[in-house]
Amino acid sequence: MFEYKTFSRAAAIAAIAGLAGLAPVKAQDTVKIGLILPMTGGQASTGKQIENAIKLYMQQKGDTVAGKKIEIIVKDDAAIPDKTKTAAQELIVNDKVSFIGGFGVTPAALAAAPLATQAKIPEVVMAAGTSIITERSPYIVRTSFTLAQSSTIIGDWAVKNGIKKVATLTSDYAPGNDALNFFKEHFTAGGGEVVEEVKTPLANPDFAPFLQRMKDAKPDAIFVFVPAGQGGNFMKQYAERGLDKAGIKVIGPGDVTDDDLLNNMGDAVLGTVTAHIYSASHPSQMNKDFVAAYKKAFGNRPGFMAVSGYDGIHLIYEALKKTNGDTDGTKLVEAMKGQKWESPRGPISIDPETRDIIQNVYIRKVEKVDGELFNVEFQTFEAVKDLGKTKK
Amino acid sequence: MTSILTNLFDGVAYGMLLFVLACGLAVTLGLMNFVNLAHGAFAMAGGYVCMLLVNQHGWPFFAALPLAFGSSAVIGIVLERTLYRHLYARSHLDQVLFTIGLTFMSVAAVDYIQGSSRVFINLPAALQGQFDVFGVGIGRYRLMIIVICGLLTIGLQMVLAKTRFGSRLRAAVDDPRAASGLGINVPQVFAFTFAFGCGLAGLGGALSAEILGLDPYFPLKFMIYFLIVVTVGGSSSITGPFLASLLLGIGDVAGKYYVPKMGPFVIYTMMIVILIWRPNGLFGRTAAR
Repeated sequence: MFEYKTFSRAAAIAAIAGLAGLAPVKAQDTVKIGLILPMTGGQASTGKQIENAIKLYMQQKGDTVAGKKIEIIVKDDAAIPDKTKTAAQELIVNDKVSFIGGFGVTPAALAAAPLATQAKIPEVVMAAGTSIITERSPYIVRTSFTLAQSSTIIGDWAVKNGIKKVATLTSDYAPGNDALNFFKEHFTAGGGEVVEEVKTPLANPDFAPFLQRMKDAKPDAIFVFVPAGQGGNFMKQYAERGLDKAGIKVIGPGDVTDDDLLNNMGDAVLGTVTAHIYSASHPSQMNKDFVAAYKKAFGNRPGFMAVSGYDGIHLIYEALKKTNGDTDGTKLVEAMKGQKWESPRGPISIDPETRDIIQNVYIRKVEKVDGELFNVEFQTFEAVKDLGKTKK
Repeated sequence: MTSILTNLFDGVAYGMLLFVLACGLAVTLGLMNFVNLAHGAFAMAGGYVCMLLVNQHGWPFFAALPLAFGSSAVIGIVLERTLYRHLYARSHLDQVLFTIGLTFMSVAAVDYIQGSSRVFINLPAALQGQFDVFGVGIGRYRLMIIVICGLLTIGLQMVLAKTRFGSRLRAAVDDPRAASGLGINVPQVFAFTFAFGCGLAGLGGALSAEILGLDPYFPLKFMIYFLIVVTVGGSSSITGPFLASLLLGIGDVAGKYYVPKMGPFVIYTMMIVILIWRPNGLFGRTAAR
């Protein structure tokens, strides 16, 4: 670590010295965007979706905004915060990027926050979903979602729809705890009862004992939050153990039935009700075009991470348009505040106060459409703010 | 009462699975005195071979299982002849460094070829779901694991204890020089044993995809479980790791069911307690190697 610091300082000095010597013509014509994404490791599907969506956006809208050429630099952090920090430093000091974006997991987004503040560079969070993130730097803007948004909504929805007793199964890490707490608060406030609460270890090999416990508790439904990737295992074992036949439903924020993986989960997942910000089957023309273009370019269906990336780059483009190509970080963040646009997921905007996203949250049920599994939206909660922050 | 039995059943199935995955490691570590941390990579190879055969080429699951065993064994024998052989005489540290490097290479290779997301094997309908026996829920898939692994264990024990190959192997382990003096082809015995251990891992990998999940990080994620089984069971026989796997499997499942808050720690607590009580493992030889 020590060695690295001296290196980066040396690099900074060298870079400044180099800059003084160069005529800054080229630097003004291009705007560089540094993307820090997990391209390898367990979160790689997040990184790939975001990168794909950004490529797609730039193919559709061109790579020049306000007279500037946009250049994307992708760095892989494998969702390890230390690497995120190193990557952010390199991007800011060596590559002189005007934006940093991406961030697959909460710790990664937090690791880059002090650098964004120090360098006065907008940090556009396109994946990580814990509420606190935007509070860690005045330069953080988010285009993904917060777990509070989906978890509170599903809590409200469940009590109103005949689900009285719920057992919860959540992964024991920050987003899992966020999901659990927000759900519980809204669900119990509405008169529901949490009969069983299980937190599974993040690297959990086998759900069997936890599921057996759920089955014996005989709830109306199980509230589930597990990281993308484990959802499939969970649903398979849920069916294997016959919980579906015992009449126990699965509800949760939409991460469990991520579009990216949903189709491989098998019919066990049919009927699962989740609250989430995006479904590939969202019935708008814009989304239909988006899904078709994405499928054509990359061969598979976009998930909510792809949409977050698509909106992230859109926000960067719009901010540059508004500042007329000025890359001053403070001005760019100001330009992002209050932006409002139509996204493939529906109408969204950036809250000028929290720099977090305001968006519709949809209640969806997994159904088979043309032989494929989809989250079909059937109820909409409009313009949901991040409720995680308001009570601080 | 019924939930106790269901848990016991799940625990036995989980333990059996751990055993098939780890017993190859017990063989290489205990019998050949070689630290092979890349063991999980062979398990992963078997799992992926099975997945590709079943999902993409439409093979029946039960036909793909022997191939999972076979392919891992072949990979094992090739690597043994080309790479591992040179490290038998080296220190344990060299072996650890070499095999952990191999593990990382396997992770990166599979990630590159197959992508990093988790894969599932399409199971025949006969293996899905649960049936009730006097109110005790019996998972079909887990029952199959118990049957396969139980037969394997009995077979292994018979081969080691009763056959000529078994006695050759034990002789080669106890004193390689004297054994080769008696005309036993020691390198050949070792190569065969190594390949068989890898094959078992491959079979375990294919069986575990449904329960543990299969992705490129499998060798790293489950390395710790294999090592726990071998340390707790002691590595000088097959019975040791077998009983240790069962104990850990049942303990882990029961722990997660009855004290979910403590669930993940149960397996480690058991290991610590057992190792304090018997530092060489439950069935270890008293003389440390």
